[in-house]
Amino acid sequence: MYQYDEIDQTMVEERVAQFRDQVARRLTGEISEDEFKPLRLQNGLYLQLHAYMLRIAIPYGTLSSRQLRGLAQIGCTYDRGWGHFTTRQNLQYNWIKLEDAPAALADLAKVQMHAIQTSGNCIRNTTTDQFAGAAHDEIEDPRVWCEIIRQWSTFHPEFSFLPRKFKIAVTGSPNDRAAVRVHDIGLRMHKNDAGEIGFEVIVGGGLGRTPFIGKTIRDFLPKQDLLSYLEAILRIYNQFGRRDNLFKARIKILVHEIGIETMREKVEAEFAVSKHGALKLPQEAIDQIAVQFAPPAFETLSGISAEYANAFRTDFEFGLWARRNTFKHKQPGYSIVTISLKKEGAPPGDASAEQMNAVADIADRYSFGEIRVTHEQNLVLPHVKQSDLPAVFKALKAWDLATPNVGLASDIIACPGLDYCALANARSIPIAQQIALRFKNWERAHDIGELKIKISGCINACGHHHVGHIGILGVDKAGEEFYQITLGGSADDQAALGDLIGPSLNTKDAVDAIDTLVETYLRLRKSSDERFLDTYRRIGIAPFKEAVYVSA
Amino acid sequence: MSLLKHGRLVGEDAFQPVADDAALPASGAVLVTYARWQAEKEQLSGRNAPLGIILPNTVDALDFGPEAERFDLIVLHFPKFSDGRAYSQARLLRERFGYRGELRATGHVLQDQLWHMQRSGFDAFEIPRPDAVEAFAKASRTFSHVYQPTGDGRVSVLKQRLAIHTKNGPDSQEAAE
Repeated sequence: MYQYDEIDQTMVEERVAQFRDQVARRLTGEISEDEFKPLRLQNGLYLQLHAYMLRIAIPYGTLSSRQLRGLAQIGCTYDRGWGHFTTRQNLQYNWIKLEDAPAALADLAKVQMHAIQTSGNCIRNTTTDQFAGAAHDEIEDPRVWCEIIRQWSTFHPEFSFLPRKFKIAVTGSPNDRAAVRVHDIGLRMHKNDAGEIGFEVIVGGGLGRTPFIGKTIRDFLPKQDLLSYLEAILRIYNQFGRRDNLFKARIKILVHEIGIETMREKVEAEFAVSKHGALKLPQEAIDQIAVQFAPPAFETLSGISAEYANAFRTDFEFGLWARRNTFKHKQPGYSIVTISLKKEGAPPGDASAEQMNAVADIADRYSFGEIRVTHEQNLVLPHVKQSDLPAVFKALKAWDLATPNVGLASDIIACPGLDYCALANARSIPIAQQIALRFKNWERAHDIGELKIKISGCINACGHHHVGHIGILGVDKAGEEFYQITLGGSADDQAALGDLIGPSLNTKDAVDAIDTLVETYLRLRKSSDERFLDTYRRIGIAPFKEAVYVSA
Repeated sequence: MSLLKHGRLVGEDAFQPVADDAALPASGAVLVTYARWQAEKEQLSGRNAPLGIILPNTVDALDFGPEAERFDLIVLHFPKFSDGRAYSQARLLRERFGYRGELRATGHVLQDQLWHMQRSGFDAFEIPRPDAVEAFAKASRTFSHVYQPTGDGRVSVLKQRLAIHTKNGPDSQEAAE
C-alpha cells in the first residue's frame, strides 16, 4: 500500500505546525471564532454537543496495522479509549480538547496520517470500494486513482473555499460498493469499445435534505485526463454554485438548476482548453503511484483448503460467519473478510482501542498487515488465506468481532445522532440498537437475507437513509423523537432513493414497524432468493404501507 | 490597512479610486468599478495613464478575460473570506488570458488565505493588520511543496518525483504552464 515519501511526510508535518500556530492565535484571541472555524474544520475539528470531535482521514479506507495501532493509541491518549468509524471510511474521536488537537495531529503524522480536509467547504477524503485491490470482480485497482486525487486535492489553492463540501468516490468494479451515484462526483471505471480503461464521470449526486442520483456528464474519460476534468468541474462549481443559501450550495443543486446539458457544455468548454495543460497525467507518473499498490506476495494455491472445508462442515458458527462475512478474492485460495462492528445492541461503527490493536495483530498475522474501513462502518481484512479463516474467526471472536451479520438486518448504518451531534433532531444509535436486537436470532436474520437499514438523526442524512432498503430518518415532533420510514432505496449500481411510507412514528412504533415490514416481506417474497429490495421493487409500496398503518 | 505588493509594503497606492459619480481626474492612474468601465470604455481607454478595475466576483472571468490586458491593475474583492470565487477568477485571468499586471486581493483577506491567493496568481494584498509584512512572510513559508500545478510555476510533487525518478530535471515547459 501507499507509503509516504519525504515530501508527503514534510507536508503533513508542516500542516501540523500551521494548525498549532492557528490554535495558538485562536487561544490568544488574535483570530475570532468565526475566522478560526474554517481553519479547524479543514483540520477535522468540529464543535459537537459536548466536546470537540476530531475526524481523521483514512484515505480511501486503507489502513496499515501500524496506522490502526496509532489510532488506538490516540484514542487512549486524547479520547476515552474508543474510535468511531464513519460512513466516509473515516474515524472520529468524540471527546477531544481543543488544546490537545495539535498534539493528536502530530501523533497522527507519525503514522503517516492526518485530518486534512475531513471537514469544511473543500474537497474531502476520496472514498472507494473497501475491497479494492482484492475483489474478484474488479477491472482495476481504484486506489491508484484515489491517491492521485488525494494529492491533487490536498491544499488545492483554488478549491479551499467552495460553496459547500465536495465528495468524490471511485469504483473500479461494475458492482458498485462505493455508492458513486450519490456523490458530488462519482467515477466508475469501465472499458470502452476499444478495450481501453477509463472513467464514466457522474456528477451532482448526493443525499442530505435534497437527495439526487448523480447524472452522467461524460461516458468515457481517458485516464490521463482525470485531473484536468475534475478541475474543470470544480472550477465551474466554484464560480457558479450557489452561495446565497447554505442548503442549496451543493453541486447537485447547480446541476439540477442549470440542467446537466448546460453543466456539460460549461465543463467540456473548460476541459477543451485545460486538457492540454500541466494537469495531464504522464503514464510514468501514474505508474509511479500504481506500483505502490502492487498486490502483496500471494502464495499460489489451488483447490479448497482442507482446514477451511473441515471447519465449514464441523463448526456451525464458523460456517455461519464464513457465509456472511467473507467475499470472493481475485487470488485463488484467498478470501476477503469483513469484520462486523455491528454486534447487536452495540453502537454501530464503534471500536475500542483494545479491539483496534487486536485487529492490527490479526492483520499482521493473516492479512499482510492491511485493514480497510467500509462506508458501511465495518472493517475488512482484504487478503486472508482460506486455510487461515478458522483461525481468523477464532481470533476475532475472542474480541467480540465475529458477529455473522454482514449485509443483514442488524448490519445497520447509523449516524452519531443526538447522542453527539449538534445538528441532530433525534437519536440514531439507540433505535439502531433496538432494531438490531430484534434480528439477533441468527436463523431469522439469515432467512431474511440481505437487508440494508440506514438511519439518520436529521435531514443532513449522514446515515444515508435515502439509500437504505429501509431508511429511517429522525425528526423532532414537539420535543419528542419521531422516525420517518422510507423503502426501496439503494446505493449500488442501480441506485435509487427510498419512498416514504407514511407519517412518522414514535420510537416504539418505529421499531415495531421495521418488524412488520420484514414480516410482510417474508410473507410476500417469491422465494428465499428474492431479497427484500427485489420484493419491494416487484410489488411496490402498497402492501408494506397497509401492513404498518392499517394493522397498527 | 496595509497594501503589500510582492511581499513589500507599498507606501502610497499609485491608483486613485474614483467613485462612479465622480469626475475622472485629468491625469494619473485611476481605479474604477466594473460598472463604470462597462459604461465608459471609450473614455477610459483614451486616457493616457494606468488603469485599474475592481472586478466583482460575480463577473464571469471568461467574459471579462479578453479585456484584461488593457488594465494595469485588477482588484478582486473578497466580500467574505469564505467566498472563494475570486480564486478561480484569478487563475483564469493569469493562466488563461495571460494577464501580467497587478492582481490585488481586497476585502476579507486573512493571513491563512495568503498562501492560496499567491498560488492562484495574486501579487498584491490589502491586509487589515499592522504586521502585514510578517504575516505575509510567514504565510508564504507554509508548505515546502505543492501537490498541484498552478500558474505560479512551482513544480507539482507528482512531477518532482518523476524528475527524481528519471534523474532528469523537471521539464522546462512546466514553469510556463
